Amino acid sequence: MKWWITGFLLIFFSILSLFIGVSDLSITDLFSLSAEQQEVLFVSRIPRLISLLIAGMSMSIAGLIMQQLSQNKFVSPTTAGTMDSARLGILVGMLLFPSASMMEKMLLAFLFALAGTFVFMKILDKIRYRDAVFIPLVGLMFGNIIGSVTTFLAYRFDLVQSIGTWLHGDFSMLIEGRYELLYLSLPVVILAYIFAHHFTIAGMGEDFASNLGLSYQKVLYLGLGLVALITASVVLTAGMLPFLGLIVPNIVTIYQGDHLRSSIWQTAVLGALFVLVCDILGRVIIYPYEISIGLTVGVLGSGIFLYLLLRRRAYGL
Amino acid sequence: MGYNKKMIILLSLSVASVLLFVFWDVGGEWDYVLPRRLEKVAAITMTGAAIATSTVIFQTITNNRILTPSLIGFDSLYVLLQTAIVFLFGGGTLVMMNSHFHFLLSVGLMVVFALLLFLFIFKKEGKNIYFLLLIGIILGTFFSSISEFLQVLIDPNEFLVVQDKMFASFNNANTELLLVGGVLLLAATLYLFRYVKYLDVISLGQEEAVNLGVNYDAVVKRLLGVIAVYVSVATALVGPITFLGLIVANVAHEVFRTYRHKYLIPGAIFVSIFSLLIGQWFVEHVFTFSTTISVIVNFIGGIYFIYLLVKENDVW
Amino acid sequence: MVDVTNVSKAYKEVKVVDDVSVHIKKGTITSFIGANGAGKSTLLSMVSRLIPKDEGSVLLDGEEITSYDNKELAKRLSVLKQSNNIKVRITVRELVSFGRFPYSQGKLKKEDEKLIDEAIEYMQLEDFEGRFLDELSGGQKQRAYIAMVIAQDTEYILLDEPLNNLDMKHSKQIMKALRRMVDDLGKTVVIVIHDINFASCYSDHIVALKDGKCVYEGHPEEMITNNVLREVYDMEFNVCNIDGNRICVFFT
Repeated sequence: MKWWITGFLLIFFSILSLFIGVSDLSITDLFSLSAEQQEVLFVSRIPRLISLLIAGMSMSIAGLIMQQLSQNKFVSPTTAGTMDSARLGILVGMLLFPSASMMEKMLLAFLFALAGTFVFMKILDKIRYRDAVFIPLVGLMFGNIIGSVTTFLAYRFDLVQSIGTWLHGDFSMLIEGRYELLYLSLPVVILAYIFAHHFTIAGMGEDFASNLGLSYQKVLYLGLGLVALITASVVLTAGMLPFLGLIVPNIVTIYQGDHLRSSIWQTAVLGALFVLVCDILGRVIIYPYEISIGLTVGVLGSGIFLYLLLRRRAYGL
Repeated sequence: MGYNKKMIILLSLSVASVLLFVFWDVGGEWDYVLPRRLEKVAAITMTGAAIATSTVIFQTITNNRILTPSLIGFDSLYVLLQTAIVFLFGGGTLVMMNSHFHFLLSVGLMVVFALLLFLFIFKKEGKNIYFLLLIGIILGTFFSSISEFLQVLIDPNEFLVVQDKMFASFNNANTELLLVGGVLLLAATLYLFRYVKYLDVISLGQEEAVNLGVNYDAVVKRLLGVIAVYVSVATALVGPITFLGLIVANVAHEVFRTYRHKYLIPGAIFVSIFSLLIGQWFVEHVFTFSTTISVIVNFIGGIYFIYLLVKENDVW
Repeated sequence: MVDVTNVSKAYKEVKVVDDVSVHIKKGTITSFIGANGAGKSTLLSMVSRLIPKDEGSVLLDGEEITSYDNKELAKRLSVLKQSNNIKVRITVRELVSFGRFPYSQGKLKKEDEKLIDEAIEYMQLEDFEGRFLDELSGGQKQRAYIAMVIAQDTEYILLDEPLNNLDMKHSKQIMKALRRMVDDLGKTVVIVIHDINFASCYSDHIVALKDGKCVYEGHPEEMITNNVLREVYDMEFNVCNIDGNRICVFFT
């Protein structure tokens, strides 16, 4: 896939996304917006578009970083317990500090995501049998366990409804004032780009990294920190976007090969495009109602992941 | 300790759990409480037995003790079929009027789908168990995503009405289906009896079984069909409960340490009934319904599963 | 007798067994020899219906093997593959008892027990019969499997590298046991074997495979010669006559 095709599609769907919705707003109105239309555009549609783009981009990059660090094509925030940990963090935040601000919740989600992913990486160290498909299996189970703790707590304290919001990603509530947290991911993406080589080298193993004069531990923590930050901010604002970090980098690898530095932008653009398309689909299928993006991403994401798994030999994953 | 002695202990434990569940804190309202509790015990006993048996057989066929039919996406498939039927035929129509017909239709489709799925996966990947598992889990996610997707598409009002009927939980057992479910289980079990003698041989592996005169492919297909019926009935009665089979089958293996199914299957059934009833008793009387047994089972089962994967992954 | 006619098997374009025809006489030991990957095990698996063949036919006493009733066939032909890794926890005696399954369908009678005892004795496993399989050495396991096949009491016995994992003493013991089964009980034995000296000393008939094709077959006298072996194995042999047996020396 040529980069300019993805780029063009991204711009096309971005514009399209602005003009889909229940409120009447079409592209021909662009230069003669009524006050009401202006409000729809700036309070709802544009924030939504921006958060879609950032979420898609950063989740995909988070997956890419994890795959480089673990040298396993099937590790991602979905398959390493990161997302579930972040969600547990949010729930714990709601329990302990009911009046916590967005930033405080964010901090807790971040800490939990970091801890969860770290524990998973520790479990990986203990596993002797490192089959490519064995590791995501352990990760999914790990996520399930954390998820059941979350459900347990949510049941205990009557928070099932509130936690449900974070079960499925949903962009429909992201209006001005509720999505800005996502901007946190932008510097992270840049950091990821700067340290791309380091992640690749660290992924080759501790000895390999030390041999090249790299502090393995530092790079590992940096990588996991970035992933946790991205995941926490996305889960907190938009909710769970399953499989995104898993499939997008893999699709890029199939078409592009494995050079992290060049593929990082491809991954970002394709990730944004994927989320954007899923969102538009969710908005038009049962128009004027909406299907949450967590569902559309879930259906398409797990479908594509299945396809990748079954064809993994053909693609050399 | 001999096999029979162990079996008697397990049997007494499950009988004790039944008595505890039925007679604890009735509070004088016998007429009201007793029938309801008995129905629940019947549903839980049937479910426990079905899940235990199907997992033991499934593990024997796949020659692997970290697999359960639920992990392969079986129960999400059931929910998907249920949803798809409502989606295609509409919630208020004739199909929903007769929940028995609906149920039978789902079970029938389930058996067909399950067989196709298994044949496809077994053919395609052969012996890589971890791959099979991962595919199964993702298929499960895939199926349940599609189910939810369809559920959104169904008219929400209509859906709410059918939801209770269709998707049971342990707190809300689908007692309406007790009779038809029981008949199905009985039929499947009678059918199973013809093949039960092959199970010991099949646990030796495919080549040995063929050598000893077992028509392997045919027998395995039939066993998978029986498993599909068991899992459908269990899911219909009390909803999906992923890790139960994994735990009870492994406990049975640990207790009896044998390959003989005449001990393994009843043993797993008793362990299953005991742990479900005690678990449900805790949910009702200690947690006062503030949690569900599936959550507890999945928590314990998940940890146990990772333990199995990590500790013994060279054994399997 | 077993008549193998024009049998082929391919895995993804690669012909593993290519148009092989072999005739196996009753009351003999037939050995399949050849280099790794020559197709010996695949041929044995097809002859014993463990894997389906792409082309050709395998007639057991005149009837196609795949059209036999499974149970009946298991009373006439038994097969033991290499690399058996049974995962279940099972004792030696229990394993040997499985050999009676085609007859008893799981319910052992007195005569079944007697045959099981005999098989255990035949393989000198009396001291181990209560031990679990995973507690045994490779050689002891191998003997337990062979005892199971003996308990199965079939006219035809097919073994894939039965000497795998065995030391010299037990290798000799197994080969002698097979020979006795043929000579005393009139069984027909087919083995895949790597040690050509064992093949030479104990077989009545040797079939040499190379790249999926049957290149030579015949009596050990004709087969264990420099010319034949050089072509089968692509290496030099020094064939000597020791105590009336043809022995190959190829170590230096």
